[in-house]
Amino acid sequence: MNYYDIIFYLFALITLVSAWFVVTTRNVIYSAFFLLFTFFGVAGIYVLLAADFIAVVQIMVYVGGILILLLFGVMLTNKMTNVDIRTGATHLLPASIATGILMGAVVSVMVFTEWKIQPTEAPDTTLKALGTLLLTDYVLVFELLGLLLLVALIGAASIARREKE
Amino acid sequence: MLQVGLTHFLVVSAVLFSLGVYGIVTRKNAVMVLMGIELILNSANINFIAFARFGNFGYSGQINALFVIVLAAAEAAIALAIVLNIYKTFSNVNVDEIDHLKD
Repeated sequence: MNYYDIIFYLFALITLVSAWFVVTTRNVIYSAFFLLFTFFGVAGIYVLLAADFIAVVQIMVYVGGILILLLFGVMLTNKMTNVDIRTGATHLLPASIATGILMGAVVSVMVFTEWKIQPTEAPDTTLKALGTLLLTDYVLVFELLGLLLLVALIGAASIARREKE
Repeated sequence: MLQVGLTHFLVVSAVLFSLGVYGIVTRKNAVMVLMGIELILNSANINFIAFARFGNFGYSGQINALFVIVLAAAEAAIALAIVLNIYKTFSNVNVDEIDHLKD
């Protein structure tokens, strides 16, 4: 068992345990912070899969952007009279059974399929290859994503603004 | 079984997906439903990047994961704007009680 396996199991454990606490804890702020650990665990898994640029993008966009946005959402939509915000959960038993069946089905498909894999040599950095691909094969999607981000920005700002009475 | 291969990453992705679905189904707060959606998007991304590493078709999987991250950011922004609007109208974001249109 070499270092790669140990680090993979460590990051997989961080990710899955944090995700478990995201979906089960009653405290909303704790849930947001466990989501932070989940994102870091997923970034570690990306590094193990030789996706160094995507790992850093994950940390910058997810942790530095989306998580802060979610924390703003939590703070602005709860009456914060005290620090501890509790929330409830519904349909625990049917959801557990259904999700357990779903997880069993998907995991068994993943495990019992003969994947045709051809692992190549892990590159030093994927940055140059990704940059080239973005501007040659995927240039249309790249431009459309820029447009989509502009539309999302305008849309979010106009939906959430305060109406002048 | 201990030697880490493609299957290990896919199992991690599958379990993360199931936890995301569980979060969406059981949570009452709308922002926590959004957290479940982010978990599902992350699990799909792990799948993309695992196949980009272990298949032999270049870096298309990583480019797709990049697109998924961008789309998740845009969708989280819009969803939170809508949740803020809902809070302005209904004074809470309990998804069970948001059951009528503007009156």
